[in-house]
Amino acid sequence: MIQVRGLRKTFQVGEVTVEALRGVDLDVAHGEFLAVVGPSGSGKSTLFNILGGLAAPTSGEVLIDGVNLRHMTESQRTELRQRKVGFVFQKYNLLPTLSAADNINLAQDLASIKTRPADFDQTLELLGIKNRMHHKPRALSGGEQQRVAIARALVNQPALLLADEPTGNLDTANSNAVLDILRSLNKRIGQTILMITHNPEAAAFADRTVTMRDGQAHA
Amino acid sequence: MLNRLVIENLKYRWVRTFLSALVVGVQIMLVLTLIGLSKGLLEESANRARGTGADIFLKPGKQGTFSFSTGQVDEKFVPFIEKQPNVQQAVGVLIQNVELITSINGVDIPAFARLNGGFHYIAGGPPKEPDGLLVDEYYARQNHLKVGQDVTILKHVWHLAGVIQGGVLARLIVPLSTLQSLTGNAGKVSQILVKLNDPSKTAQSVKQLDAVCQDQLQAIAIEDVISQFSIDNIPQLKIFINVVTFMTIMVGFLVVFLSMYTAVVERTREIGILKALGAKPMKIMDLLMREAIVLAMLGWMIGIGLAFVAKLVIMSTIPASLTVIDVPDWWPKAALIALSGAILGAIYPGLRAARQDAIEALSYE
Repeated sequence: MIQVRGLRKTFQVGEVTVEALRGVDLDVAHGEFLAVVGPSGSGKSTLFNILGGLAAPTSGEVLIDGVNLRHMTESQRTELRQRKVGFVFQKYNLLPTLSAADNINLAQDLASIKTRPADFDQTLELLGIKNRMHHKPRALSGGEQQRVAIARALVNQPALLLADEPTGNLDTANSNAVLDILRSLNKRIGQTILMITHNPEAAAFADRTVTMRDGQAHA
Repeated sequence: MLNRLVIENLKYRWVRTFLSALVVGVQIMLVLTLIGLSKGLLEESANRARGTGADIFLKPGKQGTFSFSTGQVDEKFVPFIEKQPNVQQAVGVLIQNVELITSINGVDIPAFARLNGGFHYIAGGPPKEPDGLLVDEYYARQNHLKVGQDVTILKHVWHLAGVIQGGVLARLIVPLSTLQSLTGNAGKVSQILVKLNDPSKTAQSVKQLDAVCQDQLQAIAIEDVISQFSIDNIPQLKIFINVVTFMTIMVGFLVVFLSMYTAVVERTREIGILKALGAKPMKIMDLLMREAIVLAMLGWMIGIGLAFVAKLVIMSTIPASLTVIDVPDWWPKAALIALSGAILGAIYPGLRAARQDAIEALSYE
């Protein structure tokens, strides 16, 4: 499903070259729920951005569902974000002016996808937000906003769901609810999930944990 | 969906939306009022020329259509013109400016009444004394004048004899001889109105009168005079209108630029979200352009509404000084003016948003 080989990413900060990723090798199987843990600055977010097509690798190979991200243009990476990858962010990142339903519709509209997945209603039920769809984000609790964000990430049936600290802004009860949902999605519909977290309890919900340290991934 | 996002964004920041549209609207109102005023004044002048009932105007030799200098024609021309073939009647008119665009006309009132079939009196009647004054309904309304009261014009006290229906000759009409002696133009008039026996031979009579008057007077058919009352025939007015139009586009540009620029900065994170969801740079540009277009159209509608209000205020307070008409033929042009400013104003903020790095935008607080 995901194959990463010798992935490197360097940034130029003024005159200093920062090596964020130093040869990451990683395999994620189809339907796997993988947690990536590690301290701040270990390269977790950079890996997230590259896998999500938000940033280009400096060198190395990254294949998602057989598609190599290495030589993709900006436009191709945008298309990758439309259809292959769904994002769940720590801060939910819903558009405040749109209702929950429209936030989800927008993701479909941007990908020019007209039809909903057949089981999407069940997904909404699983997420517990079916009766909250006409509310704007400010009328939703943090947990509800994150569940709307998960629905938005899933509506285009992405090959990979990328979650970056999805429980970082939630209390324990809501954190557990969101992690339970991710776990259920993984088990019930076989959704491949890569979750970045610094919380070992959150990581325990995953099938497997990879630790990032100094720009490298360790099993 | 994109349209809904545009509308929701504008609704969400409704104060900024309203203020931006209002500023664009005020500019549109200025353009529409200026055009309405220019056309209104010209139309009013054309109506008054038509209302004289004359077929031909005779003016001093080298004057333009819009120039009426006081007393340049010898009054003796009047009986001379009356003797020409096809001429039924000639009446001399002395024109004296009293305000910026208001003039008092001296005319032999009984003779003029014969030429145009007579004034329509709303109140009072023809002057019976040398200091008698006729004013039109607009002048009377604006200055709260009642028949019988004294009115000082040109430092002379006139007795208001009658209020006449507007659209005939001038707003202020007095006996010719009084105005001549008051302005030191004894025996002089500014123009001669000519009524023909057979108006179908106007062109022929114009040539004939031009020939007999040589260079001292020029004959102009009334229809030619009326056709000259157009913005296109007044280059200075056209330039002024172009300058105001340009300024309106510039103000629209600045307002929309500021509004969109602050919107882009304020919504950096939202732009990052859109990019993360797969919005291409052109889509972001498209979103901001649509917002700018909606702002411009809101401003346009507000501008049309304000133009009606401005007309109402002007016509109810100073109808004699300024005449404003509705100019629906200019609404599409006003829309183009608003759109030009808005689209120009949205280009840079749109490009800035489109080029924004998604990762940086998402980490924006």
